[in-house]
Amino acid sequence: MKSISGIPASYGIAIGPAFIFDRTEIIIETYSIKDPKAELSRFEDAQEQTSQQLDVAYQVTKEDCGEEAAEIFNAQKLMLNDPELISTVRTRVEKELINIESVLYESAESYAQQLEVIDDEYLSARALDIRDVSSRCLRNLLGLIDSPSANLKTPSIIVAQDLTPSDTVLLDKDFVLGFCTVEGGSTSHTAILARGLGIPAVVGAGTEVEQITNGDELVIDGDAGIIVINPDQGQVKEFSKRQKKFKKIQAEAEAITHQPAITTDGHQVEVVANIGNVEGVQVALDAGAEGVGLLRSEFLYLERSSLPTEEEQYQKYKTIADAFGDKPVILRTLDVGGDKDIPYIDMPPEANPFLGVRAIRLCLSRPELFKPQLRAALRAGFGNNLKLMFPMVATVDDVLKTRAVLEECRDELKKEGYDVADQMDIGIMIEIPSAAIMADQLSEVVDFFSIGTNDLSQYTLAADRTNAHVAQIASGFQPSVFRLIKLVIDAAHSNGKWVGLCGEMAGELLAIPILLGLGLDEFSMNPPAIPFAKQLIRSISFEHAQQVAQTALNLKSDTEIREYIQKMVPEVNLG
Amino acid sequence: MPEITVIVKHEVGLHARPASMFVQTAAKFSSDIDVTHGETTVNAKSILGVLTLGAHKDTEIHIKAEGEDAEDALQALEQLVLDNFGEN
Repeated sequence: MKSISGIPASYGIAIGPAFIFDRTEIIIETYSIKDPKAELSRFEDAQEQTSQQLDVAYQVTKEDCGEEAAEIFNAQKLMLNDPELISTVRTRVEKELINIESVLYESAESYAQQLEVIDDEYLSARALDIRDVSSRCLRNLLGLIDSPSANLKTPSIIVAQDLTPSDTVLLDKDFVLGFCTVEGGSTSHTAILARGLGIPAVVGAGTEVEQITNGDELVIDGDAGIIVINPDQGQVKEFSKRQKKFKKIQAEAEAITHQPAITTDGHQVEVVANIGNVEGVQVALDAGAEGVGLLRSEFLYLERSSLPTEEEQYQKYKTIADAFGDKPVILRTLDVGGDKDIPYIDMPPEANPFLGVRAIRLCLSRPELFKPQLRAALRAGFGNNLKLMFPMVATVDDVLKTRAVLEECRDELKKEGYDVADQMDIGIMIEIPSAAIMADQLSEVVDFFSIGTNDLSQYTLAADRTNAHVAQIASGFQPSVFRLIKLVIDAAHSNGKWVGLCGEMAGELLAIPILLGLGLDEFSMNPPAIPFAKQLIRSISFEHAQQVAQTALNLKSDTEIREYIQKMVPEVNLG
Repeated sequence: MPEITVIVKHEVGLHARPASMFVQTAAKFSSDIDVTHGETTVNAKSILGVLTLGAHKDTEIHIKAEGEDAEDALQALEQLVLDNFGEN
């Protein structure tokens, strides 16, 4: 028996034998052939087989993640059937009498290299697609196993270095109980798809995962991020019990996830989603989100070589805001700084990027960066419920300066004849202790707050979240962090303003009773957590939560708080 | 041989979905169709060829067609580009 910790990527518990997915390297040999006709007919068969696999990948991705994400497989199919590629391949096989694998590999590689040298991020990415589709076709030609679940005979837990998006979508759900990977994070494509498919997963568990061998009995605990290798009988019994309980809770939670979250004594809170792109909209709506509490706008700025235009931003924001109709969508303006590199924004290196020119500070110093985003938001907010939120606010002055730029944009747009949202709520993130302490003053100049617990805890405890030696100290469960949260909520409420929370904590079941008891109005979380969070809120009373929160605030450490909640609110345990 | 010149207005240029739509439209016709951008000419039915053109937003492309349905093909491709690939 041995256990390994990783990153919990998809809820649930899986118990079963390990199946090691090891992608064999393709070795392309070059040899002469005698019968070009037979060689080309092998190629046609492989093309047909590849097309079918791409169709499946397209359908599955479209259902789980939307048409835009699926488009990649459509483009790959066009590449596979490209008339120029096919004619080059045919001519070479017929004239040079060389085997198809060698010719196909070389021709595809030559196109990939041509695209790679073009100075355009999108086109260089297509080079990967050509390689992906040609290697899929080569695997089919060579009869190599493609899908990780292709030769599964019994339901198993997939163990892999990492899985590509197409690996994940092609998993045969009937035979896959869960999976664990050496690499990857909770926001990796694999993790997101695993949640979409409802398969428990632990990712990024490190090289210890490589010790697992085929057929080892495994337990994957997707709530805690734990992998147990060859558990003893007692553990298997314990996990099976938890698995049963989890499945029951899950079924109940999902069945009523579109209903509101109201405590047993009638206190209602809002449960909304954190999303990071247009594809997230459907996922959030399906999960039962009552709006978007955090729309990260960074997706528009990353993975490209120039600033997104106002028009482009307007289109994306409008699509998302309109999809939610009169439900709120909170757009957070650009949140980057010295620690995140955006090549086309010149950001000089800083000794302390987390204390440097980040987020709103960067935006205020670069009107050419900030104004197109504000203009796009003001235009996109016409006729829906889009709200704006600014990150990294430290002082009242930050808000006043930001509001001035916003008003300037509004006046300009009106003069230019655009339809502009006249009433747009303005909020700020509370993630700097100074802002929490000044919440009474700040609540006079904004419409709402949203607490960012990840940054609030690292700034409060002076512990860098990305530094493994101190990350443990920066826990959101520290009594100091909860005390600041209480300060913020009380200050806002006495000015008639509402408070949300969009850090990871909002979706952590253990934190929900305290946050609820402190009077939090809005919980914003990753969509898969929504059904569980709503169900937990429905199962407890506001009065009990208030008492629990009061006591928790007077405990001495994060561990004491966690233990206390476990004891006082047993409903937080999913399994 | 009939020929037209159009300007690609789409935000991403003749890449991504617009490139796929362009190639799929060309493939519906039996005529031979060429598309030229700058010094490079490629087969309009080849996605790999069209991508290697690297035609960005606001660049001019020339389309030539030869065959029975050449006129119809040019008209359909022109319409597609002018309609901004169905995104207007």
